[in-house]
Amino acid sequence: MKQEFTISLFTEDHIGILNKITIILTRRQINIDSITASESAVKGVQLLTIVVRTDDEMVRKVVRQFEKLIDVLKVFVHSSEDIIYQEIALYKVSTKEILSGNLVDIIVRSYNGRFIEISPEYMVIEKTGHKQEILQLLHYLEPYGLLQFVRSGRVAITKQVKELNTYLKEMDEATRFKHEEIEAYN
Amino acid sequence: MNTEKNIDTLMIQNNYVENITGAEALLNCIVAEGIETVFGYPGGAIMPIYDKLIDYNDKITHILTRHEQGAAHAAQAYAMVTGKPGVCFATSGPGATNLITGIANAFLDSVPVVFITAQVVSGLIGTDAFQETDILGVSMPVTKWNCQIKKAREIPDSLSKAFYIATSGRPGPVLIDITKDAQIEKLDFKYRKCNYIRSFNPNIPLHEKEIESAAILINHATRPLILAGHGVLISGAENELKVFAEKTGIPVAVTLLGLSAFPADHRLYAGLLGMHGNYAPNRLTNEADLIIAIGMRFDDRVTGNLKKYAPDARIIHIEIDEAEINKNVKVDIEINNDAREVLCHLIPLVKENSLGKWIREFRIHDKTEYDKVIKPEIKPVEGDIRMGEVVRIVSDLTKGEAIIVTDVGQNQMSAARYYRFRSPKTLVTSGGMGTMGFGLPASIGAKIGRPEMTVIAFLGDGGFQMTIQELGTILQYKVPVKIIILNNCFLGMVRQWQDMFFSKRYASTEMINPDFVTVAAGYKIPAKRVSERENLESSIKEMLDAEGPYLLEVIVEKEGIILPMVEPGASVSDVTLTY
Repeated sequence: MKQEFTISLFTEDHIGILNKITIILTRRQINIDSITASESAVKGVQLLTIVVRTDDEMVRKVVRQFEKLIDVLKVFVHSSEDIIYQEIALYKVSTKEILSGNLVDIIVRSYNGRFIEISPEYMVIEKTGHKQEILQLLHYLEPYGLLQFVRSGRVAITKQVKELNTYLKEMDEATRFKHEEIEAYN
Repeated sequence: MNTEKNIDTLMIQNNYVENITGAEALLNCIVAEGIETVFGYPGGAIMPIYDKLIDYNDKITHILTRHEQGAAHAAQAYAMVTGKPGVCFATSGPGATNLITGIANAFLDSVPVVFITAQVVSGLIGTDAFQETDILGVSMPVTKWNCQIKKAREIPDSLSKAFYIATSGRPGPVLIDITKDAQIEKLDFKYRKCNYIRSFNPNIPLHEKEIESAAILINHATRPLILAGHGVLISGAENELKVFAEKTGIPVAVTLLGLSAFPADHRLYAGLLGMHGNYAPNRLTNEADLIIAIGMRFDDRVTGNLKKYAPDARIIHIEIDEAEINKNVKVDIEINNDAREVLCHLIPLVKENSLGKWIREFRIHDKTEYDKVIKPEIKPVEGDIRMGEVVRIVSDLTKGEAIIVTDVGQNQMSAARYYRFRSPKTLVTSGGMGTMGFGLPASIGAKIGRPEMTVIAFLGDGGFQMTIQELGTILQYKVPVKIIILNNCFLGMVRQWQDMFFSKRYASTEMINPDFVTVAAGYKIPAKRVSERENLESSIKEMLDAEGPYLLEVIVEKEGIILPMVEPGASVSDVTLTY
């Protein structure tokens, strides 16, 4: 049965790694629902968060293929229950339309939107939340002349953060050990 | 361990050189890795490296093939027979893209080859410059790792990383793309052998619990079967496999690339698995109660219909590449580690056993196969020469001790089925990719890698012509390979399928061939054509006795069929003996 998975990949900051990752998804005919990339808390380690819809067995196969890639440090896969995640969206709306009702109040109070730019022609609202909530505000605004809409990919934090930290620490210790060993050679 | 360390230290010390060019640095790296032979083809962007090769001719022999694909296959074969990584050079653009078939072939068959391609000067990258191609992008799906070097100072570390990645864990090809300016730029060279990359850890800790559970299953099985693959040869576990099989009494079947991992004349040898494998191991896979898969990946040509594969068996999978475990076949015990290491730990835990009744079932099936398929193929009394009889004569005359190189198709299946392999790493064939044209260049690489061995290439008339230009390489370097063309004037395996599954509609499979003996004469390679059975053995003897290279064209049955066969989509137990 297909379900949503959030895959967190920690990789070395090397050129082309994203390409290598998407090749694996392409070969397995898996669509990327969303993808974000940024430097992780560890310097030089990139974090990619990819959301895919597939079945349990396939996601496990794909994760093993990701881990096989030389520049991939560690991969975690989570179903939506195991993680805390957010997306961010920006909505550009006509100022005239928004001011014609008591929309501002509803946007702020009911939808937790935040006005980040106001000009005589348009306003920009920012909202963070899950995809569903973001889409609810989108539908709400549509009748009022929505000028632009953009939604980010997902960022996620696992409920067991410890796992990764321990792993990275082990990794660094191993590196140090190896470096010392190499130094001893010389 | 200590001596190893000393050698390493010495090597590092000797390899500190100031103010040399990137090209010299690259060649220094290759020397430091203990590589003496490089296969390749020059061109514009790689000229600085080729220029410096002249200064290294006492340390590195360069074999100029006639096409980059040939260089790639030769380097792969060199790696397969020596256990050392192959090295292959090509220039930018078409030189690099011509390697792709060879790279993909090495990738699917887990062979360590370091491919060095040149790139246009770094300022021109991305501008569609002359002979520029995005070889990193093109080779990405078929390399274990690749990278581009734009600065000379990156050469030593990238190269040592490349050799480490290619040869560690599950081996595979890597590609290093070096810009022309990086080849010319100067650097102070220092080489450090790479033995650790934090994002790649091939030294997996051994999980004793899984090995113990595996031993329990093995000790309780009554109908167990070992499937031995290429991984046994790669990890050098042939002896451990023999000890393990002899102690437990378990029969050993091999995959195509696992051939030669277990002696064909051993009492526990169960034969070749797969589509054109032997009858007994295919039939009995589905009657086994335990399958011990060692260093193999359950390829579709081995398993047939997955839904009907080994229904009664528990499966133990010993495999170094974690991504292969549970990929095609769901396994009960996964042991993600090196085959040799696992077997060493497993052997003391298993009980001595003999499985007489179970082994007898194999022998009954063997007898059936011999009567219906093998005997008519290797001892035909009338009609045209058959591929199988050619292979068996060669097998007997060389006592199963030659290195056999094959092309792809019926010639390959005949060689795999009828040569009695006795020592490890004596088969060089294109397994996963099934690359026609592999055989001839591969035979060159194999002979150069193991000059003391007799190297015999079985080629079809189709595959031979795909890389026929490599006769030029044989001529130039006097490579004493023995080439047997099994000529049926057909693309035999495709014709067989047309015969069996496409109502004998022979679409573009019949070939009008040149006179191969005359072609060989043009390349100054002694050659002979044989079409009569009574001259076959003497002709083969003549070929084997010849000093240098020799080409023997054998006119074989036009419409031969390779049997047994597990038809596409069928279960392994439905392997057919007749057509």
